Amino acid sequence: MDTRFIRYRKVKNNLFKGIVILFSFLCTIPLFCILYYIIRKGIKEINWHFLIRLPMPVGEVGGGIANALSGSMMIVLVAAVIAIPFGILAGIYLSENKDKKLAYWSRLSADIMQGIPSIVTGIVVYFWIVKPMKSFSALSGSVALAMMMLPIVVRTTEETLLRIPNSFKEAALALGVPYHRVILRVIVPCGLSGILSGSLLAVARIAGETAPLLFTAFGNPYMNVNIFKPMQSLPLMIYNYAISPYDQWHNMAWGAAMILLIWILLLNLLTKLVTKRWRIQL
Amino acid sequence: MENTIIKCENFNAWFGDNHVVKSVTMDIPKNNLTAVMGPSGCGKTTFLRCINRMHELAPDARTEGSLKLYQDEVYDIHPILLRQKIGMVFQHPNPFPNMSIYDNVVAGYKLNGIKLSKAERDDIVEDSLRKAALWMEVRDTLRKKGTFLSGGQQQRLCIARAIAMKPEVLLLDEPTSALDPVSTSSIEELLIDLKKNYTIIIVTHNMQQAARISDRTAFFYMGELAEYDHTKQMFISPKDKRTQNYITGRFS
Ligand SMILES: Nc1ncnc2c1ncn2[C@@H]1O[C@H](COP(=O)(O)OP(=O)(O)O)[C@@H](O)[C@H]1O
Ligand SMILES: [Mg+2]
Repeated sequence: MDTRFIRYRKVKNNLFKGIVILFSFLCTIPLFCILYYIIRKGIKEINWHFLIRLPMPVGEVGGGIANALSGSMMIVLVAAVIAIPFGILAGIYLSENKDKKLAYWSRLSADIMQGIPSIVTGIVVYFWIVKPMKSFSALSGSVALAMMMLPIVVRTTEETLLRIPNSFKEAALALGVPYHRVILRVIVPCGLSGILSGSLLAVARIAGETAPLLFTAFGNPYMNVNIFKPMQSLPLMIYNYAISPYDQWHNMAWGAAMILLIWILLLNLLTKLVTKRWRIQL
Repeated sequence: MENTIIKCENFNAWFGDNHVVKSVTMDIPKNNLTAVMGPSGCGKTTFLRCINRMHELAPDARTEGSLKLYQDEVYDIHPILLRQKIGMVFQHPNPFPNMSIYDNVVAGYKLNGIKLSKAERDDIVEDSLRKAALWMEVRDTLRKKGTFLSGGQQQRLCIARAIAMKPEVLLLDEPTSALDPVSTSSIEELLIDLKKNYTIIIVTHNMQQAARISDRTAFFYMGELAEYDHTKQMFISPKDKRTQNYITGRFS
């Protein structure tokens, strides 16, 4: 064959490779810009007191974000406690009953729910919970966040379990193991790493949500640990401080943003770790 | 036949409208090794899976006729109890990937929530692995995952898992078709050894294997039981035309 033709193909190949590499590099730039900016602005705010002190009135120095940090953790924890068990059970149903009508409709609604704007979820929960209970509350915020987590947990559980070969189920059934034990003691443990990492990613995904909390958890300048009362959270605090006219509050918002970012990065790292540590060779 | 453990009379099985096992009548003797042979798609696997009621797990599966374990209709025994009495080994080795070798052997007890003392468990594990001719190879690595073993070892682990439940009958569906010749012959030896204490029914595609290890052979053809006889008899002078053709390799 003509060597010029081959050379031409080589050039084309390399060009294509170069473009692919360039674009995957470009994809990392936004993340690094965000990280750089937030760290530059936030790092000087962060110290031990910042984490454990309550906010101070404008003008006084040395305030912290203890209420927002604890509030965020609590709201997210309650959301996870609501969404993860529901999501795993629904995911099991979907993977075990692929062709049922109900499975089709719940799969569809999970997919649509993932696309619902979070502010809409917030408003709906406002009408469901906040109005009847006549009070903003951390619980209502958790419900709104749980509604956002649910479809993620459902779908990752389903997809994980679908990848587990049927032969393990058959082996267990042939030993005379009842169906519910086959699912809980064989199928779910085989998919544990996938289910756990899906759940952790869902937590990471909602930890920074602001919109669903605006009309639900509402925010609170004081320390509160009662989930039936309004509660502060990091995203709400960042929002409130960032739109305030005070420079000092702007700086604290940057600090809080950095804490939130670290939290989410840690969750992502933990997910990677869990996936590696608990992976089961099928 | 005296000493019959499984007795079929006009037994039929369907997948929807697909009549897969047609009016099978046969007696399977205790502590014998019975081979089930026939061209692929003739219903061997389906027949085997009727014996421990795994067939009914398929949507729109159906059966008719009589299939007895001793005096009891299999379809009157609760499937969970039945399957603890009738063990099964599959075509592809399938040790549980989330369990160690040790836990795989006692999986039938663990998963069924049957409590055993540590000593009882240790005994069952050693005994079953010895019977499955795997003990010497894995005695030092019992805590390792079963999936690290070779294919042949995994299949012997699956046999150990089945016999750990002390079943009456052991069903094997082409247990060596995914294995190399060395692993195959070690499993054949093992089966010959096991038939002293267990009734074994093995589906095999391999005529030499049937000839080597089985006492009786059942030949299925398109869902019918074409011929059922002592293995020697059947290979020397098959009575049915379809069996003759199969044995002489006129179709496969
Ligand atoms: N799960 C199933 N659902 C529907 N039909 C099946 C299923 N398994 C097997 N069959 C059908 O039953 C017939 C016999 O299959 P099988 O018992 O697996 O044959 P063999 O083991 O002798 O090769 C085939 O025609 C096959 O298409
Ligand atoms: Mg088969």
